[in-house]
Amino acid sequence: MDLQRPIHELTAAYRRGETTPSAVTEAYLARIEKLDGRIGAYITVTAEEARATAAAADRRYRDGTPLGPLDGVPLSIKDVFCTRGVRTTCGSRILERFVPPYDATLVARLAAAGAVMLGKGNLDEFAMGSSTEHSAFHVTRNPWDLSRVPGGSSGGPAAAVAGGLAAGGFGTDTGGSIRQPAAFCGVVGLKPTYGRISRYGLVAFASSLDHPGPFGRDVTDAALLLAAAAGHDPLDATSIDAPVPDYTADLPRGVRGLRLGVPDEYFIAGMDPEVERAVRAAIEVLKGLGAGVERVSLPATPYALATYYVIAPAEASSNLARYDGVKYGLRVDGRDLVDMESRTRAVGFGAEVKRRVMLGTYVLSAGYHDAYYGKAQKVRTLVRRDFDAAFGRVDLVVAPTTPNVAFVHGEKEDPVAMYLNDVFTIPADMAGVPAVSVPCGFTAAGLPIGLQLIGRTLDEATVLRAAYAYEQATDWHRRRPELA
Amino acid sequence: MISREEVEHVARLARLALTAEELERMRAQLNAILVHIDALRAVDTEGVEPTSHAVPVVNVMREDEPRACFPRDAMLANAPDRSGEFFRVPRIIED
Amino acid sequence: MTYDVVIGLEVHAQLTTRTKMFCGCPTTFGAAPNTQTCPVCQGMPGTLPVINRRAIEYGVRTALAFHCRINEACRFARKHYYYPDMPKNFQITQYEEPLAEDGWLEVDLPGGATRRIGIQRLHLEEDVGKLVHEGTLETAQASLVDYNRAGVPLMETVSRPDIRSPEEAAAYLRAFRAVLVSLGVCDGNMEEGSLRCDANVSLKPAGARELGTKVEIKNMNSFRNVQRALEFEVRRQAEALDRGERVVQETRLWDADRGYTRSMRSKEFAHDYRYFPEPDLVPLALDRRWVEDIRGALPELPRARRQRFVSAYELPEYDAGILTQSRALAEYYEAAVREFAQPKIVSNWVMSELLRELPGDDERAIAEAPITPARLAGLLRLVDDGTISGKIAKAVFEEMFRTGEEAAVIVRREGLTQVADVGVLEGMVDAAIAGNPRAVEDFRRGKTAAAKALVGQVMKASGGKANPAMVTRLVEQKLTRS
Ligand SMILES: [Mg+2]
Ligand SMILES: [Zn+2]
Repeated sequence: MDLQRPIHELTAAYRRGETTPSAVTEAYLARIEKLDGRIGAYITVTAEEARATAAAADRRYRDGTPLGPLDGVPLSIKDVFCTRGVRTTCGSRILERFVPPYDATLVARLAAAGAVMLGKGNLDEFAMGSSTEHSAFHVTRNPWDLSRVPGGSSGGPAAAVAGGLAAGGFGTDTGGSIRQPAAFCGVVGLKPTYGRISRYGLVAFASSLDHPGPFGRDVTDAALLLAAAAGHDPLDATSIDAPVPDYTADLPRGVRGLRLGVPDEYFIAGMDPEVERAVRAAIEVLKGLGAGVERVSLPATPYALATYYVIAPAEASSNLARYDGVKYGLRVDGRDLVDMESRTRAVGFGAEVKRRVMLGTYVLSAGYHDAYYGKAQKVRTLVRRDFDAAFGRVDLVVAPTTPNVAFVHGEKEDPVAMYLNDVFTIPADMAGVPAVSVPCGFTAAGLPIGLQLIGRTLDEATVLRAAYAYEQATDWHRRRPELA
Repeated sequence: MISREEVEHVARLARLALTAEELERMRAQLNAILVHIDALRAVDTEGVEPTSHAVPVVNVMREDEPRACFPRDAMLANAPDRSGEFFRVPRIIED
Repeated sequence: MTYDVVIGLEVHAQLTTRTKMFCGCPTTFGAAPNTQTCPVCQGMPGTLPVINRRAIEYGVRTALAFHCRINEACRFARKHYYYPDMPKNFQITQYEEPLAEDGWLEVDLPGGATRRIGIQRLHLEEDVGKLVHEGTLETAQASLVDYNRAGVPLMETVSRPDIRSPEEAAAYLRAFRAVLVSLGVCDGNMEEGSLRCDANVSLKPAGARELGTKVEIKNMNSFRNVQRALEFEVRRQAEALDRGERVVQETRLWDADRGYTRSMRSKEFAHDYRYFPEPDLVPLALDRRWVEDIRGALPELPRARRQRFVSAYELPEYDAGILTQSRALAEYYEAAVREFAQPKIVSNWVMSELLRELPGDDERAIAEAPITPARLAGLLRLVDDGTISGKIAKAVFEEMFRTGEEAAVIVRREGLTQVADVGVLEGMVDAAIAGNPRAVEDFRRGKTAAAKALVGQVMKASGGKANPAMVTRLVEQKLTRS
């Protein structure tokens, strides 16, 4: 059975009665059984729940009453979304045994759409990382080259979609955690506008930067997954109360007449020349399809990374304060309360999380607050203004998703070197604007390269439309890794 | 540059029991990151408003209408230590 | 040496909203432990807060009553410190942009003087849970946590250091409580912790300019304790200064049983709250019209009502003070006066009779009094038109209170109607005179008091039902004529 076909083809097969959600779910579970020992895309596989959901979908297709374009579609959900009755670990020892009594809004919406959750996808602990090497349980490997990382922090779902261990998936993007692994794994990864998809039930890393979003094998799948997840949620005060358009309707409209801006700041010294070549070629393709291309400048870009490494750790140090061994999760006994809490957190958190909690606590502490946190909030305003100015002239910003391709496990020991991975993805998170990464080529070594398209607030439709036009003109998205 | 004393103070604020080696490694790594972050000082932010929310929305409130509470057992199910209907914590020595 | 006392009060009031500040859990007091919680108020991973609109409304209502400036643009922030009764290990509160600032509260001091105490700021935040120690805090090997209270809306109001004595502090707190209760935003129950008060106390040499070192006093859970604690603390600091010692800046706990304040274990290192804007809540931009609607709907406040009672009903300050101690009592009084337009007489009856039966500050009890204002007025009318004597009326009042019947019904059934029939009374008077030749003698010799004795006789003989005025007149006529 072809487990590498896109969702829109899979559901067409369901409707034609060629196969059933149960048959496909079983096939995915079997493939996970066979391959995930090597890839490590999942922390928890929910086979029983998946079978039950799939069986219900079977009946609906039999009765000719499917719930919609995701009914019976097997997905991988990053293990930061709370799932009622299914442990939610965030890739951390401190939540290893945490079983939420409630579902995240995203999870509830996917269930209502009939989607089948195959399991909880692996990630860097608390979504802090760019390689999925910092999961407390195991690393995830890149299906294109098992010696390399899938990117991160949403490496599990990205690798699952690329490796045929799920038809689609959901992750979160705080500094690039959807787009960067999508680029590394050769799939489509979409980070919608901040507040477009509810954060309720998403275990917070950096609240003002956390964006849930989908992974798909092509742009159409990403559009279908977004449509099912998007929408206002009264439980999330930061979710946007605006109607959700049919994201697939405009896809075929093409890019003729669209103005694309190419930012000088996104082609930097030290970036992989193969990446630059592929991205410039992709821009030429879009030009050939009738898009207008011009240079734009986003001058605050060089400071976005530093800004991010103040704001994200600051919010994280606050969000992670609740893990103290009192209410849920790990407890390591101690002489007294403070000792218990301090040991619990020292043992329960991994090195990267401790580093960011320390950094965040420091930049918020008396005497440094204004110089670091205060300053970073102002620079964040400049990053936003850059996009406002650019979108006054162009409809989309086109750039590489990452400066390089998937690297070898253990290659980036130095934290700062690891952080540099996110230079091109962080600005869109700071500004909250939608951005997608689509496959735009491969290196000589056969590693995927990602093209990033960034759009105006709530203009996911245009972002997807341009990505679709490019995808239709190329066939990168049809390539699949060899996994025997 | 962040001093050893500051690292210890921050670790106390963050409730992290770090060994001597960890504190030292942490000090070095934080300094490496802070050096990078210090680039921000060069940016002119005179008269620039801070941004704390990516999307400008205001006045989101809910009506004062009760929703069902969760059953006590559901809320205590994840407790590392409980005593009857309570969460249980070790003795408290004010810090 | 004499000192100026400088006191500032910080009051935390639980708002009487139906649900918590950021989730839909009810705020009912005294529920079984950990039965009034949900993932949000227990700070579970992934949960998010959403502001309770009524809590904001109550905050605005109170701020307006305190003449504060409302900050239409305000927001919430996170305040960080670790304590197991606080689920997220940060409190969602307001910091740089509070709901309201710069108001005042007019306080009447014992002895008639009034003072205006400045209010620096008023903001909203979430309450924490409750800790039960297995033993005392010092000896406990473990503590138990109940999160029912976690997330209940709290309104924090910080006064300016305008308070000059422990008595003033108690007076401020009473006036403060009266305003909140009459606004219906807090039940004012200090014993249940609905109203909690901390104080900052410092002393400076009489007349000196700069302030002395301030000490924070916590755990004063009643008006009486606030005054006692502050009196103790003022004495303690004065004695220290007299001995030439320095006052240490610290937090001290009031121990009501032992009657002293003791230093809390000195902190290993200073708190560092690391405030920053709550990213999960968007800023508020309060609608002016909404604020004005709230202002328009403000009820009359206790002090204004008291002043109106003095001017409108020509009551003594004393009566007005008692009659306005609760909204229900004031409304009872005014309803009665509408039915029986002799304000002072109504006041006397309410103060002497009704308040003998019911506590005047118990809104509920007064509102549900078995004698309605209309029926009290009915009773007073019977006295006024001479149907019954004032003495009988008091007995009728007690009967009415017991049975809830109308005065007229009781008077008729018990045959308590006053005897005002001249014929009948003449007979009684004649009999009295005949039976007391002695009294007649004395009267003739100018002992007018003798007449009183005769009147007393007649009243006694009538079982109190004879109309005293008529009896007196008849006795005098007859004695002077005969
Ligand atoms: Mg407070
Ligand atoms: Zn709740």
